[in-house]
Amino acid sequence: MSLTLLHSSAPVLLVRRRLPWGLIGLLLLAFGAVPLLGNDYWLNAILIPFLVLSLAGLGLNLLTGYTGQTSVGAAGFMAVGAFATYGFLLRLPELGLPLALLGGGLISAVVGVLFGLPSSRIKGFYLMVTTLAAQFFLEWLFVKFPWFYNYGSSGTISAPGLSLFGHDLNTPVGRYLLTLVTVLLLTWVARNLVNSQIGRNWMAIRDMDTAAAVIGIGVVSYKRLAFAVSSFYLGIAGALWAFAYLGTASAGSFDINRSFQILFIIIIGGMGSIAGNFVGAAFISLLPIFLSHAGQALFGGAVDAGQLQNLQKIIFGVLIIVFLIKEPEGLIRLLGNVRQRLAHWPLRF
Amino acid sequence: MNFFLETLLGGLLAGTMYSLVAIGFVLIYKASGVFNFAQGAMLLFAALTFVSLHEQGVPFAVALLLTVLVMIVGALLIERLVLRPLVNRSQITLFMATLGLSFIIEGLAQGLMGSQVRALDLGIDDVPLFLGPLMLSQFDLIAAATAIVLVTVLALLFNKTRIGVSLRAVADDTTAALSIGINLNRIWQIVWAVAGVVGLVAGLLWGARQGVQFSLSLVVLKALPVLIIGGFTSIGGAIVGGLIVGAAENLAEVYIGPLIGGGITPWFAYALALAFLYIRPAGLFGERAIERV
Repeated sequence: MSLTLLHSSAPVLLVRRRLPWGLIGLLLLAFGAVPLLGNDYWLNAILIPFLVLSLAGLGLNLLTGYTGQTSVGAAGFMAVGAFATYGFLLRLPELGLPLALLGGGLISAVVGVLFGLPSSRIKGFYLMVTTLAAQFFLEWLFVKFPWFYNYGSSGTISAPGLSLFGHDLNTPVGRYLLTLVTVLLLTWVARNLVNSQIGRNWMAIRDMDTAAAVIGIGVVSYKRLAFAVSSFYLGIAGALWAFAYLGTASAGSFDINRSFQILFIIIIGGMGSIAGNFVGAAFISLLPIFLSHAGQALFGGAVDAGQLQNLQKIIFGVLIIVFLIKEPEGLIRLLGNVRQRLAHWPLRF
Repeated sequence: MNFFLETLLGGLLAGTMYSLVAIGFVLIYKASGVFNFAQGAMLLFAALTFVSLHEQGVPFAVALLLTVLVMIVGALLIERLVLRPLVNRSQITLFMATLGLSFIIEGLAQGLMGSQVRALDLGIDDVPLFLGPLMLSQFDLIAAATAIVLVTVLALLFNKTRIGVSLRAVADDTTAALSIGINLNRIWQIVWAVAGVVGLVAGLLWGARQGVQFSLSLVVLKALPVLIIGGFTSIGGAIVGGLIVGAAENLAEVYIGPLIGGGITPWFAYALALAFLYIRPAGLFGERAIERV
């Protein structure tokens, strides 16, 4: 196909557009094969958490990978989304599930902007500590004030029943499809967002905010926008984590370790990449399962669970350092390299 | 009034414990620009190593010496395996590497030495001491004295020795330091080793206070607001920050806590740090970065 359209007056498309067969295949698999063939264990324990973690990674990646504002408070904003969605479902049941989710995301966005306000004056590690403040404050808030969990004695929230236009979604397949559709929709929005003017401004700020200010980008408002959008995504991920995956959640489900887990997803998957979040989330959610199976097979239960957990921690740590040293752009870059190599196989550049 | 003074002094003394942790951060940040999240894990590792040795019947002084040796070897390994390959990378990358490092150290510490709570007896009785009408904890006083000794030693090390001068040169301008022949890798090794030893001191004091267990590594989260208030690059700032955080936390828990439901210590220090940041974006004693485009 020729790329040169010199005589035509139409806008020149420099990118050769092909049908994304890989994507279509994946979608067919996700919507067709998985609900038909997948069993409950796969849906509940692997696919749903994988999708939700991908979405959370995407949210954090918009802030950290694209705008360069490191945050270690991701789980705090997830908690806001979960508790706000719960509040909407409980107190305004006529809204319905989609609007309650949206409302949870919006409230989370507002909270995100509030905690992102210091970003106008501070940056780097100092800013990172303010996101830690958000994490601890929000955790405390959702434990201390019973209004948020409807005065229950255990401090937990569980969805009053997931249904959409009269369809009951409280089956594994239903919850899977709910998660899948939400995640895909938001991923599509995110992709367009980072390819737009907004995304380019974010990346300019990430690369050097002083330079971005010099060329006339409103650094302060774009940073706030990044906090808002990121928290919106994290909030919806939090609501899905609580209601589609866990079923019953409490403030403890969104502790600092969850924040670190999401940070690792974007480091390992790839900072500043959309697809990387999915790869990173797959890696993070599958590795523990793989390690415990491998431990069972190798030692046959001779090693106790505590030691296995310690081993898991060490392997995680080593992997993070190895990735940072060898492939700072993450697994997604690694996959890209492999694909390029295969495209020319057996020849090399 | 006496109660107020007691709360204030108790807080100030507790604050020196925070300072001890924060100093380890500052040392590493000054010399290598690395925000070392693994400081808490190092603290846990040092305290666990010491307790394990002591439980085996190794005398106090020997166990202390051996632990110092272990921390030095650890520093050498970290420099060789983690820092050197990551030289010239962005600060955020280095920070994330120390996150990974903290996982490794925690896993190793608990895998090798167990995860149950160990008691650590330093031979200091935690008896109340009366200073006129005021009641103070003897343990806190000794901890504060340790912090003062440690800071004095570090100040001498930094200001009076050849190593100290090179350390300050590297902190000031890494490229210039390299060009006059200072061995950067050696400096990093020294700094990480010193931070490990500082971690040991802090780990012993914190361990004696609350038992040697996993939660020791979370002390790191207590030190962050201290750093923010004092600035990342000043040891004096770490001390002042620790005192401010300790005193404010104690006073807030007593006077503000009951008004809004109590249990505010986990985040109050952070809120305080935020308030300071609004006024001084680089902390009280931190250096303000000058940016060029």
